[in-house]
Amino acid sequence: MEQLVTNQVAEQKRPLSEDLKKPLPKILQAERRGRVLTYVSSWVLLLILFSLLIFITSKGAAPFISGEVSFAEFFSTKWNPGENSYGALSFILGSLIVSVCAAIVSAPLGIGAAIFMTEIAPKWGRKILQPATEILVGIPSVVYGFVGLTVVVPFIREQFGGLGFGLLAGVIVLSIMILPTIVSISVDTLQSIPRHLREGSYALGATRWQTISRLLLRTSLPGLMTGVVLGMARAFGEALAVQMVIGNSPNLPFNLLTPISTLTSIITLNMGNTVQGSTYNSILWSMALILLLMTLLFVVLIRWITKRREQS
Amino acid sequence: MSDKIKVESFNLFYGDNQALKDIGLNLEEKKVTALIGPSGCGKSTFLRSINRMNDMIPGVSTTGIIEIDGKNVYREEQDLVQLRKNVGMVFQQPNPFPLSIYDNITYGPRIHGITKREELDMIVERTLVQANLWDEVKDRLQSSALGLSGGQQQRLVIARVLAIQPDVILMDEPASALDPISTERLEDLITQLKNDYTIVIVTHNMQQAARVSDMTAFFLNGEIIEYSMTSQLFTSPKDSRTEDYISGRFG
Ligand SMILES: Nc1ncnc2c1ncn2[C@@H]1O[C@H](COP(=O)(O)OP(=O)(O)O)[C@@H](O)[C@H]1O
Ligand SMILES: [Mg+2]
Repeated sequence: MEQLVTNQVAEQKRPLSEDLKKPLPKILQAERRGRVLTYVSSWVLLLILFSLLIFITSKGAAPFISGEVSFAEFFSTKWNPGENSYGALSFILGSLIVSVCAAIVSAPLGIGAAIFMTEIAPKWGRKILQPATEILVGIPSVVYGFVGLTVVVPFIREQFGGLGFGLLAGVIVLSIMILPTIVSISVDTLQSIPRHLREGSYALGATRWQTISRLLLRTSLPGLMTGVVLGMARAFGEALAVQMVIGNSPNLPFNLLTPISTLTSIITLNMGNTVQGSTYNSILWSMALILLLMTLLFVVLIRWITKRREQS
Repeated sequence: MSDKIKVESFNLFYGDNQALKDIGLNLEEKKVTALIGPSGCGKSTFLRSINRMNDMIPGVSTTGIIEIDGKNVYREEQDLVQLRKNVGMVFQQPNPFPLSIYDNITYGPRIHGITKREELDMIVERTLVQANLWDEVKDRLQSSALGLSGGQQQRLVIARVLAIQPDVILMDEPASALDPISTERLEDLITQLKNDYTIVIVTHNMQQAARVSDMTAFFLNGEIIEYSMTSQLFTSPKDSRTEDYISGRFG
């Protein structure tokens, strides 16, 4: 296929051998142009990244530097902007707990589906489940939130009482949202295990299940973990869908049925209603900074896992 | 001498493509049988038929009989786990699991229900000694098997096979990825193992076949052209095609 394409290109233009014989300068020029282009792109990328980092950090650190809010206040649970109380702990915990729970629900489902797709029914899996996961990835988060709002929330309300909005609804919606991430990364990981390892296991008399549980899961653990952490990171950063079902009350997230808030939901709900430069507005930036730091932590974690995989 | 493995009018098809045609041969117990022939002639396919590794390839069908100890392995009630416990296999590319040396050896025994630590320790030592690897790795049993050299990995894989206590060991070009010194050590090991095991080895190195095997079968296009004692097949082949092949005229 690839060969075919290059052949066609070669036929349209002059053969490469000709090119290589004489116009060296032309090739050099193309080389230079390519190098400049890639240099510029990477510098632009770095520049954007650093300005974002500096911008968010300076904005987020401002209320602490000016002394409007102390760290102790910020990391408390007392949230009442009307009376100048800006404790964000409930939201930090809310974000953490909702995404960890979503990952806990989604990990076994996603890894199980990946095993089914690669080991048990590869044909069927590739034909139906793989496109299905790709579609799931492409659905916008507002749709997930909308479905959560119309299906999940009433369901919880009828089954368990209460409002229906809350931690549980958030976990359910998020775990569905991050499922495709976990599935696709797990599938890639399992598929990258060479066939001769599987054969080695079967040839020793292992059954399929033994091969899966004792060899494949063990050797692909770092890759599977990467998928789960990426899913968790996605859940952590998700705003819209969460905000639609989570209830948006400043409660501590220690009960599945209570309406709570997350960092993202507080930011999206309030950023339009606060005055630039006010303490309230600055505190939202501090929360954004926390989100950023947590994302960095996830990235570091994933790098650490992959590095350990390469070493072993 | 009793026959360990009996093959009778065995045919194998990959879909419509017949890869083995009317194979018939008897393999003696505790002997090394070499399978030689140009590539694509069905040696691996035949080897993988003995422990039914071909079952996993979609579209494969077989007719005929392969008996081990008088029982057809293609009979309906054959237990594949039992068959593969009895017939170990060493592959062309060394395929240690990305686990520790210790866990590689104990993988098989654990699958077959051995869990006692002391028993597993004993198996690890016994099989590594048997595979001439013990002295090289005894101080690093818990480190990854992927850190071993190619030759060590191949001996580790043989130790892993010995750990399930098979009667028959199938080897598919086990030395083709190894350097000459590792190859020599591997051949020594094979010669040593034939006191206790029935070994079938595919090789396209004729000197190797001559050095390690008692019997040799020459395959061509899915058929057995000639099967006889190694000394005889290499010195006075009966079929002209065998002669052409061993004198290097094709393949
Ligand atoms: N998995 C497979 N699917 C279809 N055809 C195969 C497969 N494996 C081998 N064959 C075919 O069977 C024939 C014998 O192959 P093989 O047993 O690998 O030969 P050898 O080991 O002697 O080189 C070849 O023609 C090959 O193309
Ligand atoms: Mg082969």
